Amino acid sequence: MAAYMENIYLAIVLSPLIGALIAGLFGRFIGRRGAHWITIIGVGISAMLSLVAYKHLMFDGGEVYNAAVYTWLTTGGYSFEVGFLIDRLSVTMMVVVSFVSWMIHIYTIGYMRDDPGYQRFFSYISLFTFAMLTLVMSNNFMQLFFGWEAVGLVSYLLIGFWFKRESAIFASLKAFIVNRVGDFGFLIGVAAVLMYFNSLDYMEVFSQAEAVAGLTLSPIPGYEWSVMTLICICLFIGAMGKSAQFPLHVWLPDSMEGPTPISALIHAATMVTAGIFMVARMSPLYELSEVALSFILLVGAVTAFFMGLLGLVQNDIKRVVAYSTLSQLGYMTVALGASAYSVAIFHLVTHAFFKALLFLAAGSVIIALHHEQDMRKMGGLYRYMPVTWFTGLIGSLALIGFPFTSGFYSKDSIIEAVHHSQLPGSGIAYIAVLLGVFITALYSFRMFFLTFHGEERITRHTWENLKESPAVVTVPLAVLAIPSLVIGAVLVGPMVFGDYYMDALRVSASHAEGLNEMASRYTGVMGFTLNAFTHAPVWLAFAGVFTAWLFYIRFPHWPARIVGSFGLLYQFLVKKYYFDEVYQAVFAGGARGAGKLLWQQGDVQVIDGVLVNGTARVIRWSSGVIRTLQSGYLYHYAFAMIIGLLLLLAVFVHQVF
Amino acid sequence: MSITAEIVFLVPELALLILACLILVCDAFSTDPGKLLTYRLAQFSLVAVLLLVVYLYPDDAVSVFHQHFISDPLSAVLKVTICAVSIIVFSYSYDYFEERDTLQGEYFVLGLFAVLGMLIMASAYSMLTVYLGLELMSLSLYAMVAMHKGSGTASEAAIKYFVLGALASGILLYGISILYGASGTLVLPELAAHVSARTETDVLLVFGLVFVVVGIAFKLGAVPFHMWIPDVYEGSPTAVTLFLATAPKVAAFAMAVRLLVDGMEPLHIDWQGMLIILSVLSMAAGNIIAISQTNIKRMLAYSTIAHAGFLILGILPGMRLDVGYGYAGALFYVIVYAIMSLGAFGVVILLGRKDHESDRLEDFKGLAERSPWFAFIMLLLMFSLAGVPPFAGFWAKWFVIKEVVAIGHIWLAASAVIFSVIGAYYYLRIVKLMYFDQPEHMTEIKASRQMRMALSLNGLALLILGFIPGKLMDICTSVLGF
Repeated sequence: MAAYMENIYLAIVLSPLIGALIAGLFGRFIGRRGAHWITIIGVGISAMLSLVAYKHLMFDGGEVYNAAVYTWLTTGGYSFEVGFLIDRLSVTMMVVVSFVSWMIHIYTIGYMRDDPGYQRFFSYISLFTFAMLTLVMSNNFMQLFFGWEAVGLVSYLLIGFWFKRESAIFASLKAFIVNRVGDFGFLIGVAAVLMYFNSLDYMEVFSQAEAVAGLTLSPIPGYEWSVMTLICICLFIGAMGKSAQFPLHVWLPDSMEGPTPISALIHAATMVTAGIFMVARMSPLYELSEVALSFILLVGAVTAFFMGLLGLVQNDIKRVVAYSTLSQLGYMTVALGASAYSVAIFHLVTHAFFKALLFLAAGSVIIALHHEQDMRKMGGLYRYMPVTWFTGLIGSLALIGFPFTSGFYSKDSIIEAVHHSQLPGSGIAYIAVLLGVFITALYSFRMFFLTFHGEERITRHTWENLKESPAVVTVPLAVLAIPSLVIGAVLVGPMVFGDYYMDALRVSASHAEGLNEMASRYTGVMGFTLNAFTHAPVWLAFAGVFTAWLFYIRFPHWPARIVGSFGLLYQFLVKKYYFDEVYQAVFAGGARGAGKLLWQQGDVQVIDGVLVNGTARVIRWSSGVIRTLQSGYLYHYAFAMIIGLLLLLAVFVHQVF
Repeated sequence: MSITAEIVFLVPELALLILACLILVCDAFSTDPGKLLTYRLAQFSLVAVLLLVVYLYPDDAVSVFHQHFISDPLSAVLKVTICAVSIIVFSYSYDYFEERDTLQGEYFVLGLFAVLGMLIMASAYSMLTVYLGLELMSLSLYAMVAMHKGSGTASEAAIKYFVLGALASGILLYGISILYGASGTLVLPELAAHVSARTETDVLLVFGLVFVVVGIAFKLGAVPFHMWIPDVYEGSPTAVTLFLATAPKVAAFAMAVRLLVDGMEPLHIDWQGMLIILSVLSMAAGNIIAISQTNIKRMLAYSTIAHAGFLILGILPGMRLDVGYGYAGALFYVIVYAIMSLGAFGVVILLGRKDHESDRLEDFKGLAERSPWFAFIMLLLMFSLAGVPPFAGFWAKWFVIKEVVAIGHIWLAASAVIFSVIGAYYYLRIVKLMYFDQPEHMTEIKASRQMRMALSLNGLALLILGFIPGKLMDICTSVLGF
């Protein structure tokens, strides 16, 4: 059985890779149809086999698979292997990743129909699926890092997919560089793991975690750092980059320069969740460092609240969704910090579906409006695009945590988990996520109303051609809408309160109290839902929707008036807290300045000027001087010979005496 | 061994002597202004001698005529090289003189006598034979330089060469006489036996050694005994320069190895010190001064000096066979250098015309447009001279440096590398002139088919040797008994 499953796992990983290679390298021969067929089949195989693996583990009581399939290299006592750890955590991720990716492959046929880089695009997204699957299925840090970097690379390629656009190039570079900052921390974390655990294998590392937890190191004399805290924070810095947590969040909104399917696949549903997944995977380590957990909690809270606020002032439909992603990732991070890993993954799963849905709905609108993304030029679209409208509504309701939708269960669990957390900083985090609910509802329905309701602000030209998107677009919307609605209710019981994950996640007894208490009061989905009406979050969500209705349907002139009276604050939000400007000036400018300094002073002056050209000048000069010895006079030459003879005599005959 | 049995070992030299005398007579009676007969006979003689040497290739060292003359693999390899190089020299030279209508039969006859001198040097096993060969070669060369009687620069060069050569001969002879006085023998192995048998350091021996080393240094053109080279190379007709720069270097190498390694191996530590000084000075001065030259012949003259430094570096290890291959690197170097030098001067001859010598660096501007193929050949030659892999010149430098490192002179090897880097500048400048500058004129390159063929093969030989240097290296090391 193990060998049989191993082949299935291999096929899950490799079939998207094969599809990507064929579409990428032979795209010209197989044509556009060939490219989308081969990749869709490849990812489809992955999705189907992921379901098989899911069934095997969840329902048939299959064994956890943990083995190396290939030894890459052995050096200095370390073995670098390619291997799989397939347990209930990774199999959940596999299903989400491959399934969402598959839907997006299909959707792409419609969205990219007229793009000249069609085959390239399919190759990239298939390659991305491969990279992400390698990441989640890994059983060691080495392969994790490979997947980590590979998704970063594909993300870079895809944000800059329209490489003729200045802004796309800028955005892709920005994403890559900001991720590099995170990856630097991540790499240090991996290196520290290798140093202290002498292994990169998850299970070996986890089994030694208790022993390492007591160790300290003092890089600066007088300060003692816990090794575990250092490792955890370094790894989390990587997660901050990949999952766009404050203050490394700046790349995500800009990444909307990429085609919409990419925003849906990479910058909403999967890649950005790699950080969340990684922390959950490392839960045996994180449980041993309260400092790291507090840090995560606060970073998540800041991201959840402040990034949500920015969503209020955006006019680009995709950017609103992007900020909502940032905010939702903040929620997941908060859950991680509160040791509610299961809840974080739960929100990750629900979010993957409803966020992909929202992005694809936004994409559908964008297609219909001929690549118009400004919500001020939309409005009233529900008449023309009923499917998009309806699925968009489902997505928005799920996003704000409307009762019975999937987002409701996951978000409510997070808020409850934070409420019960005893960690330092959990009080602030609780307030942040609570207020975040109102903000989320406000910006989500601001977007929804501006796009689908209110007066039509569409230009006449686009209005004439306005129609619902084709089936390749609406079918994935419909398919994604179903899990967006129901998956929360289905999974909340087992995933949050049951033993869905078995041993995949580890929570220490003291941290588990909150969840256990929630579990003790859990009486079933209906009870959970009805109980929620006695708590603030649901009412805050309703309040948010109501406010949005007031501002954008009932009294559309209000927002402008508010902007007028809070100009400074508004400007502060529009400028995204001036993060871009500061980074641009300090880091980008500083790095360029330092580079220029080193180039002009160091390279041009010292290395080129003094060392390289200086040497050349000295040699040329001495060449000119020495050549004058060649006077042309015979007696000079003879004299030189005699002198040479005498010198040799002096040196060597003298030596003998 | 009876005299008749011993004479067998002298057959190549005797054959060359007889043929040269015959050609002299033929040439005197020949009415052909083209001197085709003389040329052909001269080439025939060289080929015949070459074949004889190959046919008589000795497996062991045999010394004859009371040990004044030796026939060993080293002498055979050197003789083959000398003859082969001379054949190519003659073929380039014929083209040169024919173009200028200044063909004189004496050139070939004198050349043959010089080759005879060189062959004797290669086989010399006593100081007397060394000197005999050296003088035969030198006197022929002086006359060849002076052959263009009407040319002022040639006469000046000849006088300088002659006077300085006489001085060097005197110094060498003085050293030989002192060594004879100290040891009572002229025969090199006996001298070596005497030196190693001595109980205390003999000042007289070292004193004589210095003079001998100076004599060798003059012939190799090592600093500070190099002054004649630039003037003579520039002043002589290019065909003579070509001859001077190639075969006599091989002979000078033979002389150095015979005198120092065969004759004074026990004084290794002393002459090694002298050679280190000479080699560093030569590499430094040669490479640095070459940079400021504007005449290609002068530039190549300084390049010769720099290469002499490298060659001396290769002789340094002597017979230290415990750590490496001794002077096998130098043997390889001198053979490769002779081929490179042939090609470089060959290209100068190719470009030169009767009314325009084309020996300025400017004449190489835009050669790639005028003649892509010969620009490419020149590129091969320059890269090889500069020691760029994978050309033969690289392996030559590599081999020499490897041996120097093997005997523990790391800093010497390092300085050799640094000077090679400096030297790369002026070789690559030629490449830059050929490929990146505009030609000053588009004169068509005229040359006989034979010249084109020979020059192409010459350049490609370096490329081929660069890819498969192993065979030649095996020959060089087998000569030393490996």
